[in-house]
Amino acid sequence: MSTARFKGRWLPWLFLLPTLIILLVFLYYPVIQTFRLSFYRVAFLGLKTQFSGLENYIDLAKDSTYHHTVWVTVVVAAAVVVIGLSVSLAIAMLANQKIRGASVYRILLIWPFALSPAVAGVVFLFMFSPGFGVVNYITSLITGTELNWLGNPRLAILLVIMASVWKNLGYNIVFYLAALQNLNTEVLEAASIDGANAWKRFRHVTFALLSPMTFFLLITNITYSFFDVFGMIDILTKGGPLDATNVMIYNLYRDAFEYYKTGLASAQSVILFLLVVGLTLIQFRTSGRQVHYGG
Amino acid sequence: MQLPLKRRTRNEILTHIALIFVVLVVMSPVLFALAKSTQTRAEVYRFPPMLGPGTAGLFNYRAVWNQFDLGIFMKNTLIVAGIVMFFKTLFSMLAGLGLVYFDFPLKDFVFYFILFTLMMPTEIMIVALFKLVSELGWGDSYAALTVPFLASATGVFLFRQHFSSIPADLADAARVDGAGPVRFLWSILVPMSWNTIAALALIQFIYMWNQYIWPLVVIRENARQLIQVGLRGLTNQQDTTNWGFVMAAAILAMLPPMIVFILLHEQFTKGFALGREK
Repeated sequence: MSTARFKGRWLPWLFLLPTLIILLVFLYYPVIQTFRLSFYRVAFLGLKTQFSGLENYIDLAKDSTYHHTVWVTVVVAAAVVVIGLSVSLAIAMLANQKIRGASVYRILLIWPFALSPAVAGVVFLFMFSPGFGVVNYITSLITGTELNWLGNPRLAILLVIMASVWKNLGYNIVFYLAALQNLNTEVLEAASIDGANAWKRFRHVTFALLSPMTFFLLITNITYSFFDVFGMIDILTKGGPLDATNVMIYNLYRDAFEYYKTGLASAQSVILFLLVVGLTLIQFRTSGRQVHYGG
Repeated sequence: MQLPLKRRTRNEILTHIALIFVVLVVMSPVLFALAKSTQTRAEVYRFPPMLGPGTAGLFNYRAVWNQFDLGIFMKNTLIVAGIVMFFKTLFSMLAGLGLVYFDFPLKDFVFYFILFTLMMPTEIMIVALFKLVSELGWGDSYAALTVPFLASATGVFLFRQHFSSIPADLADAARVDGAGPVRFLWSILVPMSWNTIAALALIQFIYMWNQYIWPLVVIRENARQLIQVGLRGLTNQQDTTNWGFVMAAAILAMLPPMIVFILLHEQFTKGFALGREK
Protein backbone atom coordinates (compact mmCIF):
# COMPACT_ATOMS: atom_id res chain seq x y z
CA MET A 1 0.00 0.00 0.00
CA SER A 2 2.05 2.94 -1.20
CA THR A 3 -0.52 5.41 -2.37
CA ALA A 4 0.82 8.42 -0.48
CA ARG A 5 -0.24 11.26 -2.76
CA PHE A 6 -0.50 14.42 -0.72
CA LYS A 7 2.24 16.39 0.97
CA GLY A 8 2.12 18.03 4.34
CA ARG A 9 3.90 17.56 7.62
CA TRP A 10 1.13 18.47 9.99
CA LEU A 11 -1.90 17.76 7.84
CA PRO A 12 -2.06 13.96 8.43
CA TRP A 13 -1.76 14.54 12.17
CA LEU A 14 -4.58 17.04 12.00
CA PHE A 15 -6.80 14.43 10.29
CA LEU A 16 -5.85 11.76 12.83
CA LEU A 17 -6.08 14.02 15.86
CA PRO A 18 -9.78 13.57 16.80
CA THR A 19 -9.48 9.78 16.68
CA LEU A 20 -6.15 9.67 18.51
CA ILE A 21 -7.29 12.00 21.31
CA ILE A 22 -10.49 10.04 21.96
CA LEU A 23 -8.69 6.71 21.92
CA LEU A 24 -5.98 8.04 24.24
CA VAL A 25 -8.28 9.68 26.78
CA PHE A 26 -11.21 7.27 26.77
CA LEU A 27 -9.55 3.93 26.02
CA TYR A 28 -5.84 3.90 26.85
CA TYR A 29 -6.06 6.06 29.94
CA PRO A 30 -8.90 4.07 31.58
CA VAL A 31 -7.16 0.78 30.78
CA ILE A 32 -3.96 2.01 32.45
CA GLN A 33 -6.00 3.33 35.37
CA THR A 34 -7.68 -0.07 35.69
CA PHE A 35 -4.27 -1.71 36.13
CA ARG A 36 -3.32 0.93 38.71
CA LEU A 37 -6.59 0.66 40.65
CA SER A 38 -6.23 -3.10 40.86
CA PHE A 39 -3.26 -2.60 43.21
CA TYR A 40 -5.28 -0.44 45.59
CA ARG A 41 -7.93 -1.16 48.13
CA VAL A 42 -10.82 1.06 49.08
CA ALA A 43 -11.62 1.42 52.76
CA PHE A 44 -14.15 3.29 54.87
CA LEU A 45 -16.97 3.38 52.30
CA GLY A 46 -14.83 4.73 49.52
CA LEU A 47 -13.35 7.56 51.53
CA LYS A 48 -9.83 6.21 51.64
CA THR A 49 -7.71 4.21 49.19
CA GLN A 50 -4.52 2.48 50.13
CA PHE A 51 -1.89 0.60 48.20
CA SER A 52 -2.30 -3.10 48.71
CA GLY A 53 0.03 -4.69 46.19
CA LEU A 54 -1.25 -7.97 44.83
CA GLU A 55 -3.78 -8.49 47.60
CA ASN A 56 -6.81 -8.14 45.32
CA TYR A 57 -5.42 -10.80 43.00
CA ILE A 58 -4.55 -13.09 45.90
CA ASP A 59 -8.08 -12.70 47.26
CA LEU A 60 -9.54 -13.63 43.90
CA ALA A 61 -7.24 -16.62 43.58
CA LYS A 62 -8.41 -17.91 46.98
CA ASP A 63 -12.09 -17.04 46.61
CA SER A 64 -14.19 -20.07 45.68
CA THR A 65 -17.08 -17.79 44.65
CA TYR A 66 -14.83 -16.24 42.03
CA HIS A 67 -13.69 -19.67 40.83
CA HIS A 68 -17.34 -20.54 40.39
CA THR A 69 -17.84 -17.32 38.40
CA VAL A 70 -15.03 -18.28 36.03
CA TRP A 71 -16.52 -21.76 35.63
CA VAL A 72 -19.99 -20.34 34.82
CA THR A 73 -18.42 -18.03 32.22
CA VAL A 74 -16.64 -20.96 30.58
CA VAL A 75 -19.83 -23.06 30.51
CA VAL A 76 -21.90 -20.23 28.99
CA ALA A 77 -19.21 -19.39 26.41
CA ALA A 78 -18.76 -23.04 25.39
CA ALA A 79 -22.50 -23.61 25.06
CA VAL A 80 -23.08 -20.36 23.14
CA VAL A 81 -20.26 -21.22 20.73
CA VAL A 82 -21.08 -24.89 20.15
CA ILE A 83 -24.89 -24.65 20.04
CA GLY A 84 -25.00 -21.20 18.45
CA LEU A 85 -22.55 -21.92 15.65
CA SER A 86 -23.93 -25.34 14.72
CA VAL A 87 -27.54 -24.12 14.66
CA SER A 88 -26.55 -21.03 12.66
CA LEU A 89 -24.54 -23.01 10.14
CA ALA A 90 -27.40 -25.46 9.64
CA ILE A 91 -29.87 -22.60 9.11
CA ALA A 92 -27.49 -20.74 6.81
CA MET A 93 -27.01 -23.84 4.65
CA LEU A 94 -30.75 -24.31 4.42
CA ALA A 95 -31.26 -20.64 3.47
CA ASN A 96 -28.48 -20.88 0.90
CA GLN A 97 -30.47 -23.30 -1.27
CA LYS A 98 -31.40 -21.89 -4.65
CA ILE A 99 -35.18 -21.78 -4.39
CA ARG A 100 -37.90 -19.25 -5.05
CA GLY A 101 -38.27 -16.60 -2.38
CA ALA A 102 -34.80 -17.26 -0.99
CA SER A 103 -34.16 -13.57 -0.30
CA VAL A 104 -37.38 -13.29 1.72
CA TYR A 105 -36.38 -16.26 3.87
CA ARG A 106 -32.96 -14.71 4.36
CA ILE A 107 -34.37 -11.42 5.67
CA LEU A 108 -36.72 -13.32 7.98
CA LEU A 109 -33.78 -15.28 9.37
CA ILE A 110 -31.16 -12.57 9.85
CA TRP A 111 -33.26 -9.84 11.48
CA PRO A 112 -32.31 -10.94 15.02
CA PHE A 113 -29.01 -9.19 14.17
CA ALA A 114 -30.70 -6.00 15.39
CA LEU A 115 -31.98 -7.48 18.66
CA SER A 116 -30.62 -6.19 21.94
CA PRO A 117 -29.69 -8.38 24.91
CA ALA A 118 -32.23 -6.48 27.01
CA VAL A 119 -35.12 -7.15 24.60
CA ALA A 120 -34.14 -10.81 24.39
CA GLY A 121 -33.96 -10.91 28.18
CA VAL A 122 -37.37 -9.31 28.69
CA VAL A 123 -39.13 -11.57 26.19
CA PHE A 124 -37.51 -14.75 27.56
CA LEU A 125 -38.27 -13.69 31.13
CA PHE A 126 -41.93 -13.43 30.22
CA MET A 127 -42.05 -16.66 28.21
CA PHE A 128 -40.44 -18.70 31.00
CA SER A 129 -42.20 -17.08 33.95
CA PRO A 130 -43.81 -19.49 36.39
CA GLY A 131 -47.59 -19.41 36.40
CA PHE A 132 -48.37 -17.70 33.12
CA GLY A 133 -45.35 -18.08 30.80
CA VAL A 134 -46.19 -19.95 27.61
CA VAL A 135 -43.14 -22.22 27.69
CA ASN A 136 -43.98 -23.24 31.21
CA TYR A 137 -47.48 -24.08 30.08
CA ILE A 138 -46.12 -26.34 27.34
CA THR A 139 -43.53 -28.04 29.55
CA SER A 140 -46.15 -28.63 32.21
CA LEU A 141 -48.41 -30.29 29.62
CA ILE A 142 -45.56 -32.64 28.68
CA THR A 143 -43.95 -33.35 32.05
CA GLY A 144 -46.97 -32.81 34.26
CA THR A 145 -45.03 -30.54 36.61
CA GLU A 146 -44.16 -26.87 36.50
CA LEU A 147 -40.51 -26.28 35.77
CA ASN A 148 -39.07 -23.46 37.83
CA TRP A 149 -36.82 -21.94 35.16
CA LEU A 150 -35.78 -18.96 37.25
CA GLY A 151 -35.44 -20.76 40.58
CA ASN A 152 -33.54 -23.90 39.60
CA PRO A 153 -29.79 -23.26 39.10
CA ARG A 154 -29.43 -25.70 36.19
CA LEU A 155 -32.53 -24.51 34.39
CA ALA A 156 -31.56 -20.86 34.93
CA ILE A 157 -28.23 -21.30 33.19
CA LEU A 158 -29.96 -23.19 30.40
CA LEU A 159 -32.38 -20.27 30.05
CA VAL A 160 -29.52 -17.75 29.80
CA ILE A 161 -27.83 -19.94 27.17
CA MET A 162 -31.02 -20.27 25.11
CA ALA A 163 -31.66 -16.52 25.17
CA SER A 164 -28.02 -15.81 24.25
CA VAL A 165 -28.01 -18.27 21.38
CA TRP A 166 -31.28 -16.88 20.04
CA LYS A 167 -30.11 -13.28 20.20
CA ASN A 168 -26.89 -14.05 18.32
CA LEU A 169 -28.48 -16.19 15.57
CA GLY A 170 -28.86 -13.25 13.17
CA TYR A 171 -25.22 -12.20 13.51
CA ASN A 172 -23.90 -15.72 12.92
CA ILE A 173 -26.28 -16.42 10.02
CA VAL A 174 -25.33 -13.16 8.24
CA PHE A 175 -21.65 -14.10 8.28
CA TYR A 176 -22.16 -17.78 7.45
CA LEU A 177 -24.49 -16.95 4.56
CA ALA A 178 -21.95 -14.51 3.14
CA ALA A 179 -19.22 -17.14 3.42
CA LEU A 180 -21.41 -19.80 1.81
CA GLN A 181 -22.21 -17.51 -1.10
CA ASN A 182 -18.52 -16.96 -1.71
CA LEU A 183 -17.78 -20.70 -1.73
CA ASN A 184 -16.36 -22.16 -4.85
CA THR A 185 -19.16 -24.44 -6.04
CA GLU A 186 -16.87 -26.24 -8.50
CA VAL A 187 -15.11 -28.03 -5.68
CA LEU A 188 -18.44 -29.27 -4.36
CA GLU A 189 -19.53 -30.45 -7.78
CA ALA A 190 -16.22 -32.21 -8.29
CA ALA A 191 -16.68 -33.96 -4.95
CA SER A 192 -20.19 -35.09 -5.82
CA ILE A 193 -18.99 -36.42 -9.19
CA ASP A 194 -16.31 -38.32 -7.32
CA GLY A 195 -19.13 -40.04 -5.46
CA ALA A 196 -18.85 -38.32 -2.10
CA ASN A 197 -22.19 -38.44 -0.30
CA ALA A 198 -23.87 -35.38 1.19
CA TRP A 199 -22.38 -35.82 4.67
CA LYS A 200 -18.86 -36.37 3.30
CA ARG A 201 -19.23 -33.36 1.00
CA PHE A 202 -20.26 -31.25 3.98
CA ARG A 203 -17.53 -32.48 6.30
CA HIS A 204 -14.60 -32.56 3.94
CA VAL A 205 -15.44 -29.73 1.57
CA THR A 206 -18.00 -27.20 2.86
CA PHE A 207 -16.97 -27.28 6.49
CA ALA A 208 -13.28 -27.21 5.61
CA LEU A 209 -13.72 -24.23 3.29
CA LEU A 210 -15.79 -22.42 5.93
CA SER A 211 -13.23 -22.90 8.69
CA PRO A 212 -11.77 -19.35 8.52
CA MET A 213 -15.28 -17.94 9.00
CA THR A 214 -16.02 -20.45 11.77
CA PHE A 215 -12.85 -19.38 13.50
CA PHE A 216 -13.74 -15.69 13.20
CA LEU A 217 -17.20 -16.41 14.61
CA LEU A 218 -15.69 -18.52 17.38
CA ILE A 219 -13.71 -15.53 18.64
CA THR A 220 -16.57 -13.00 18.28
CA ASN A 221 -19.00 -15.39 19.97
CA ILE A 222 -16.65 -15.93 22.91
CA THR A 223 -16.31 -12.15 23.27
CA TYR A 224 -20.10 -11.87 23.01
CA SER A 225 -20.64 -14.40 25.77
CA PHE A 226 -18.08 -12.62 27.96
CA PHE A 227 -19.69 -9.18 27.73
CA ASP A 228 -22.99 -8.85 25.86
CA VAL A 229 -24.78 -11.44 27.99
CA PHE A 230 -24.64 -8.90 30.81
CA GLY A 231 -27.96 -7.29 29.83
CA MET A 232 -29.68 -10.64 29.52
CA ILE A 233 -28.45 -11.89 32.89
CA ASP A 234 -29.26 -8.59 34.60
CA ILE A 235 -32.86 -8.85 33.42
CA LEU A 236 -33.38 -12.62 33.62
CA THR A 237 -31.65 -13.84 36.75
CA LYS A 238 -29.48 -11.11 38.32
CA GLY A 239 -26.73 -13.71 38.53
CA GLY A 240 -28.85 -16.10 40.56
CA PRO A 241 -30.18 -18.39 41.75
CA LEU A 242 -27.28 -19.20 44.13
CA ASP A 243 -24.81 -17.53 41.73
CA ALA A 244 -25.67 -20.12 39.06
CA THR A 245 -25.59 -17.50 36.27
CA ASN A 246 -23.07 -15.14 37.89
CA VAL A 247 -20.64 -14.70 34.99
CA MET A 248 -17.38 -12.75 35.34
CA ILE A 249 -18.72 -9.47 33.95
CA TYR A 250 -21.76 -9.59 36.21
CA ASN A 251 -19.68 -10.32 39.29
CA LEU A 252 -17.37 -7.43 38.35
CA TYR A 253 -20.31 -5.06 37.96
CA ARG A 254 -21.72 -5.99 41.36
CA ASP A 255 -18.39 -5.70 43.14
CA ALA A 256 -17.82 -2.29 41.56
CA PHE A 257 -21.23 -0.65 41.66
CA GLU A 258 -23.15 -2.43 44.41
CA TYR A 259 -20.41 -3.22 46.95
CA TYR A 260 -18.05 -0.38 45.91
CA LYS A 261 -14.99 -2.66 45.95
CA THR A 262 -13.26 -0.71 43.21
CA GLY A 263 -9.88 -2.39 43.61
CA LEU A 264 -11.27 -5.90 43.57
CA ALA A 265 -13.41 -5.09 40.54
CA SER A 266 -10.40 -3.60 38.74
CA ALA A 267 -8.41 -6.77 39.36
CA GLN A 268 -11.27 -8.71 37.75
CA SER A 269 -11.19 -6.27 34.83
CA VAL A 270 -7.48 -6.93 34.37
CA ILE A 271 -8.11 -10.68 34.28
CA LEU A 272 -10.86 -10.24 31.66
CA PHE A 273 -8.61 -7.87 29.71
CA LEU A 274 -5.80 -10.43 29.59
CA LEU A 275 -8.28 -13.04 28.34
CA VAL A 276 -9.44 -10.71 25.55
CA VAL A 277 -5.83 -9.86 24.62
CA GLY A 278 -5.09 -13.57 24.38
CA LEU A 279 -8.10 -14.20 22.13
CA THR A 280 -7.30 -11.20 19.92
CA LEU A 281 -3.67 -12.23 19.51
CA ILE A 282 -4.76 -15.71 18.45
CA GLN A 283 -7.10 -14.07 15.95
CA PHE A 284 -4.41 -11.75 14.54
CA ARG A 285 -2.02 -14.69 14.23
CA THR A 286 -4.37 -16.82 12.23
CA SER A 287 -6.13 -14.27 10.06
CA GLY A 288 -3.88 -11.26 9.64
CA ARG A 289 -6.43 -8.85 8.26
CA GLN A 290 -9.70 -9.65 10.00
CA VAL A 291 -11.40 -6.68 11.57
CA HIS A 292 -13.51 -6.76 14.72
CA TYR A 293 -17.11 -6.19 13.65
CA GLY A 294 -18.46 -5.28 17.07
CA GLY A 295 -18.21 -1.65 18.19
CA MET B 1 -25.36 -32.39 -11.21
CA GLN B 2 -28.90 -32.47 -12.59
CA LEU B 3 -31.49 -34.40 -10.66
CA PRO B 4 -34.62 -35.78 -12.33
CA LEU B 5 -37.34 -33.11 -12.43
CA LYS B 6 -39.72 -34.91 -10.08
CA ARG B 7 -37.10 -35.35 -7.40
CA ARG B 8 -36.08 -31.73 -7.79
CA THR B 9 -39.54 -30.34 -7.14
CA ARG B 10 -39.96 -32.70 -4.22
CA ASN B 11 -36.68 -31.49 -2.76
CA GLU B 12 -37.73 -27.91 -3.28
CA ILE B 13 -41.01 -28.39 -1.45
CA LEU B 14 -39.18 -30.07 1.43
CA THR B 15 -36.75 -27.14 1.59
CA HIS B 16 -39.65 -24.68 1.69
CA ILE B 17 -41.30 -26.60 4.53
CA ALA B 18 -38.05 -26.76 6.47
CA LEU B 19 -37.38 -23.03 5.96
CA ILE B 20 -40.89 -22.01 7.00
CA PHE B 21 -40.54 -24.14 10.11
CA VAL B 22 -37.15 -22.61 10.99
CA VAL B 23 -38.41 -19.06 10.34
CA LEU B 24 -41.40 -19.66 12.64
CA VAL B 25 -39.20 -21.06 15.41
CA VAL B 26 -36.71 -18.18 15.16
CA MET B 27 -39.50 -15.62 15.09
CA SER B 28 -41.74 -17.22 17.72
CA PRO B 29 -40.49 -15.19 20.73
CA VAL B 30 -41.17 -11.96 18.85
CA LEU B 31 -44.56 -13.12 17.54
CA PHE B 32 -45.45 -14.10 21.09
CA ALA B 33 -44.34 -10.70 22.39
CA LEU B 34 -46.34 -8.99 19.64
CA ALA B 35 -49.53 -10.87 20.56
CA LYS B 36 -49.08 -10.22 24.29
CA SER B 37 -48.37 -6.54 23.69
CA THR B 38 -52.01 -6.13 22.66
CA GLN B 39 -53.57 -7.95 25.62
CA THR B 40 -55.06 -6.59 28.82
CA ARG B 41 -53.71 -7.74 32.16
CA ALA B 42 -56.55 -10.25 32.47
CA GLU B 43 -55.95 -11.60 28.98
CA VAL B 44 -52.22 -12.00 29.68
CA TYR B 45 -52.91 -14.14 32.74
CA ARG B 46 -55.59 -16.28 31.08
CA PHE B 47 -55.10 -20.03 31.28
CA PRO B 48 -54.37 -21.76 28.94
CA PRO B 49 -52.32 -18.90 27.45
CA MET B 50 -54.05 -16.78 24.84
CA LEU B 51 -51.85 -16.55 21.76
CA GLY B 52 -53.91 -14.33 19.47
CA PRO B 53 -54.22 -10.54 19.53
CA GLY B 54 -55.95 -9.02 22.54
CA THR B 55 -58.15 -5.97 23.00
CA ALA B 56 -55.70 -3.47 24.53
CA GLY B 57 -53.27 -2.84 21.69
CA LEU B 58 -53.48 0.93 21.33
CA PHE B 59 -53.99 1.38 25.06
CA ASN B 60 -50.81 -0.55 25.97
CA TYR B 61 -48.63 1.24 23.42
CA ARG B 62 -49.97 4.65 24.40
CA ALA B 63 -49.48 3.90 28.10
CA VAL B 64 -45.83 2.86 27.81
CA TRP B 65 -45.08 5.76 25.47
CA ASN B 66 -46.56 8.41 27.77
CA GLN B 67 -46.81 7.14 31.35
CA PHE B 68 -43.70 4.99 31.37
CA ASP B 69 -41.46 7.51 29.61
CA LEU B 70 -40.69 5.23 26.67
CA GLY B 71 -41.04 8.21 24.33
CA ILE B 72 -38.35 10.05 26.30
CA PHE B 73 -36.01 7.04 26.36
CA MET B 74 -36.41 6.52 22.62
CA LYS B 75 -35.80 10.19 21.87
CA ASN B 76 -32.68 10.25 24.10
CA THR B 77 -31.30 7.11 22.48
CA LEU B 78 -31.97 8.47 19.01
CA ILE B 79 -30.04 11.66 19.81
CA VAL B 80 -27.11 9.79 21.38
CA ALA B 81 -26.93 7.22 18.57
CA GLY B 82 -27.22 10.00 15.96
CA ILE B 83 -24.37 12.04 17.44
CA VAL B 84 -22.08 9.02 17.68
CA MET B 85 -22.93 7.82 14.17
CA PHE B 86 -22.20 11.21 12.63
CA PHE B 87 -18.94 12.02 14.42
CA LYS B 88 -17.54 8.53 14.40
CA THR B 89 -18.07 8.27 10.65
CA LEU B 90 -16.50 11.71 10.13
CA PHE B 91 -13.49 11.08 12.41
CA SER B 92 -12.92 7.60 10.99
CA MET B 93 -13.01 8.95 7.45
CA LEU B 94 -10.50 11.70 8.30
CA ALA B 95 -8.22 9.19 10.01
CA GLY B 96 -8.47 6.89 6.99
CA LEU B 97 -7.53 9.81 4.74
CA GLY B 98 -4.50 10.55 6.92
CA LEU B 99 -3.36 6.93 6.96
CA VAL B 100 -3.83 6.13 3.27
CA TYR B 101 -2.95 9.34 1.42
CA PHE B 102 -0.03 10.66 3.46
CA ASP B 103 3.44 9.58 4.43
CA PHE B 104 4.63 10.67 7.81
CA PRO B 105 7.03 9.52 10.51
CA LEU B 106 5.51 7.23 13.17
CA LYS B 107 2.83 6.04 10.75
CA ASP B 108 3.37 2.43 11.85
CA PHE B 109 3.17 3.49 15.47
CA VAL B 110 -0.15 5.28 14.84
CA PHE B 111 -1.46 2.21 13.03
CA TYR B 112 -0.69 -0.10 15.96
CA PHE B 113 -1.90 2.50 18.46
CA ILE B 114 -5.31 2.34 16.80
CA LEU B 115 -5.20 -1.42 16.21
CA PHE B 116 -4.59 -2.28 19.87
CA THR B 117 -7.82 -0.56 20.94
CA LEU B 118 -9.68 -3.50 19.38
CA MET B 119 -8.77 -5.32 22.59
CA MET B 120 -10.40 -2.73 24.86
CA PRO B 121 -14.17 -3.11 25.06
CA THR B 122 -15.91 -0.60 27.33
CA GLU B 123 -16.95 -3.32 29.79
CA ILE B 124 -13.33 -4.07 30.67
CA MET B 125 -12.51 -0.59 31.89
CA ILE B 126 -15.94 0.33 33.18
CA VAL B 127 -14.70 1.14 36.70
CA ALA B 128 -11.95 3.48 35.55
CA LEU B 129 -14.06 5.04 32.79
CA PHE B 130 -16.81 5.75 35.29
CA LYS B 131 -14.25 7.39 37.58
CA LEU B 132 -12.84 9.49 34.74
CA VAL B 133 -16.26 10.63 33.56
CA SER B 134 -17.29 11.54 37.11
CA GLU B 135 -14.09 13.53 37.60
CA LEU B 136 -14.84 15.41 34.40
CA GLY B 137 -18.24 16.27 35.90
CA TRP B 138 -20.06 14.42 33.15
CA GLY B 139 -22.23 12.19 35.35
CA ASP B 140 -25.82 12.00 34.11
CA SER B 141 -25.02 13.77 30.83
CA TYR B 142 -25.14 13.13 27.09
CA ALA B 143 -21.39 13.87 27.03
CA ALA B 144 -20.76 10.71 29.09
CA LEU B 145 -22.92 8.70 26.70
CA THR B 146 -21.37 9.99 23.48
CA VAL B 147 -17.82 11.39 23.73
CA PRO B 148 -16.06 8.14 24.78
CA PHE B 149 -17.53 6.43 21.69
CA LEU B 150 -16.69 8.98 19.00
CA ALA B 151 -13.70 7.06 17.68
CA SER B 152 -13.09 3.41 16.93
CA ALA B 153 -10.54 1.16 15.32
CA THR B 154 -13.32 -0.63 13.44
CA GLY B 155 -14.34 2.61 11.70
CA VAL B 156 -10.77 3.69 10.88
CA PHE B 157 -9.85 0.29 9.44
CA LEU B 158 -13.04 0.04 7.39
CA PHE B 159 -12.21 3.34 5.66
CA ARG B 160 -8.51 2.56 5.44
CA GLN B 161 -9.29 -0.72 3.70
CA HIS B 162 -11.81 0.90 1.39
CA PHE B 163 -9.61 3.90 0.47
CA SER B 164 -6.70 1.55 -0.30
CA SER B 165 -8.88 -0.23 -2.86
CA ILE B 166 -9.61 3.02 -4.73
CA PRO B 167 -7.26 3.54 -7.74
CA ALA B 168 -4.31 5.73 -6.77
CA ASP B 169 -4.44 7.77 -10.02
CA LEU B 170 -7.56 9.51 -8.72
CA ALA B 171 -5.60 11.24 -5.98
CA ASP B 172 -2.88 12.15 -8.51
CA ALA B 173 -5.46 13.67 -10.82
CA ALA B 174 -6.94 15.61 -7.93
CA ARG B 175 -3.53 16.98 -6.98
CA VAL B 176 -2.76 18.00 -10.55
CA ASP B 177 -6.10 19.80 -10.62
CA GLY B 178 -4.97 21.67 -7.54
CA ALA B 179 -7.49 20.09 -5.18
CA GLY B 180 -6.33 19.72 -1.60
CA PRO B 181 -7.02 16.60 0.50
CA VAL B 182 -10.24 18.02 1.97
CA ARG B 183 -11.71 18.77 -1.48
CA PHE B 184 -10.50 15.33 -2.60
CA LEU B 185 -12.21 13.68 0.36
CA TRP B 186 -15.45 15.58 -0.11
CA SER B 187 -15.88 15.38 -3.88
CA ILE B 188 -14.20 12.07 -4.75
CA LEU B 189 -13.84 9.77 -1.75
CA VAL B 190 -17.21 10.38 -0.10
CA PRO B 191 -19.27 9.67 -3.24
CA MET B 192 -17.29 6.44 -3.68
CA SER B 193 -17.73 5.33 -0.08
CA TRP B 194 -21.48 5.11 0.46
CA ASN B 195 -21.43 1.37 1.12
CA THR B 196 -18.71 1.74 3.73
CA ILE B 197 -20.48 4.71 5.30
CA ALA B 198 -23.75 2.78 5.41
CA ALA B 199 -22.06 -0.30 6.87
CA LEU B 200 -20.42 1.72 9.64
CA ALA B 201 -23.59 3.73 10.30
CA LEU B 202 -25.56 0.49 10.62
CA ILE B 203 -23.27 -1.23 13.12
CA GLN B 204 -22.86 2.00 15.09
CA PHE B 205 -26.59 2.60 15.27
CA ILE B 206 -27.30 -0.93 16.47
CA TYR B 207 -24.36 -0.84 18.89
CA MET B 208 -25.44 2.47 20.43
CA TRP B 209 -29.15 1.65 20.46
CA ASN B 210 -28.49 -1.63 22.27
CA GLN B 211 -25.99 -0.29 24.83
CA TYR B 212 -26.85 -1.46 28.31
CA ILE B 213 -24.16 -1.58 30.98
CA TRP B 214 -22.70 1.90 30.37
CA PRO B 215 -25.97 3.91 30.61
CA LEU B 216 -26.97 1.70 33.55
CA VAL B 217 -23.85 2.78 35.41
CA VAL B 218 -23.52 6.39 34.37
CA ILE B 219 -27.11 7.70 34.15
CA ARG B 220 -29.19 8.13 37.30
CA GLU B 221 -31.91 10.49 36.13
CA ASN B 222 -34.84 9.01 34.24
CA ALA B 223 -35.11 12.07 32.01
CA ARG B 224 -31.74 11.22 30.44
CA GLN B 225 -31.95 7.43 30.47
CA LEU B 226 -31.60 5.32 27.33
CA ILE B 227 -34.05 2.78 26.00
CA GLN B 228 -32.51 -0.53 27.10
CA VAL B 229 -32.13 0.48 30.73
CA GLY B 230 -35.60 2.04 30.56
CA LEU B 231 -36.93 -1.35 29.46
CA ARG B 232 -35.24 -2.93 32.47
CA GLY B 233 -37.08 -0.50 34.74
CA LEU B 234 -40.45 -1.74 33.46
CA THR B 235 -39.79 -5.32 34.60
CA ASN B 236 -38.53 -4.43 38.04
CA GLN B 237 -41.84 -4.47 39.88
CA GLN B 238 -42.15 -8.28 39.80
CA ASP B 239 -45.64 -8.84 41.23
CA THR B 240 -47.36 -5.80 39.83
CA THR B 241 -45.72 -5.94 36.40
CA ASN B 242 -48.21 -5.47 33.59
CA TRP B 243 -46.68 -7.76 30.98
CA GLY B 244 -48.80 -6.31 28.21
CA PHE B 245 -47.01 -3.01 28.83
CA VAL B 246 -43.59 -4.65 28.99
CA MET B 247 -44.11 -6.49 25.70
CA ALA B 248 -45.37 -3.31 24.01
CA ALA B 249 -42.20 -1.56 25.23
CA ALA B 250 -40.03 -4.44 23.98
CA ILE B 251 -41.63 -4.28 20.53
CA LEU B 252 -41.12 -0.49 20.35
CA ALA B 253 -37.52 -0.83 21.55
CA MET B 254 -36.63 -3.33 18.82
CA LEU B 255 -38.26 -1.44 15.94
CA PRO B 256 -35.71 1.31 15.12
CA PRO B 257 -32.60 -0.93 14.84
CA MET B 258 -34.63 -3.48 12.91
CA ILE B 259 -35.83 -0.90 10.41
CA VAL B 260 -32.30 0.42 9.96
CA PHE B 261 -31.00 -3.12 9.53
CA ILE B 262 -33.59 -4.09 6.93
CA LEU B 263 -32.93 -0.87 4.99
CA LEU B 264 -29.14 -1.12 5.04
CA HIS B 265 -28.27 -4.80 5.28
CA GLU B 266 -27.25 -5.07 1.63
CA GLN B 267 -24.90 -2.10 1.87
CA PHE B 268 -23.63 -3.65 5.08
CA THR B 269 -22.69 -6.85 3.27
CA LYS B 270 -21.02 -4.89 0.48
CA GLY B 271 -19.33 -2.45 2.85
CA PHE B 272 -17.67 -5.30 4.67
CA ALA B 273 -16.74 -6.86 1.34
CA LEU B 274 -18.65 -9.94 2.42
CA GLY B 275 -20.69 -10.32 -0.70
CA ARG B 276 -19.59 -11.92 -3.94
CA GLU B 277 -16.92 -9.86 -5.66
CA LYS B 278 -18.45 -7.93 -8.53
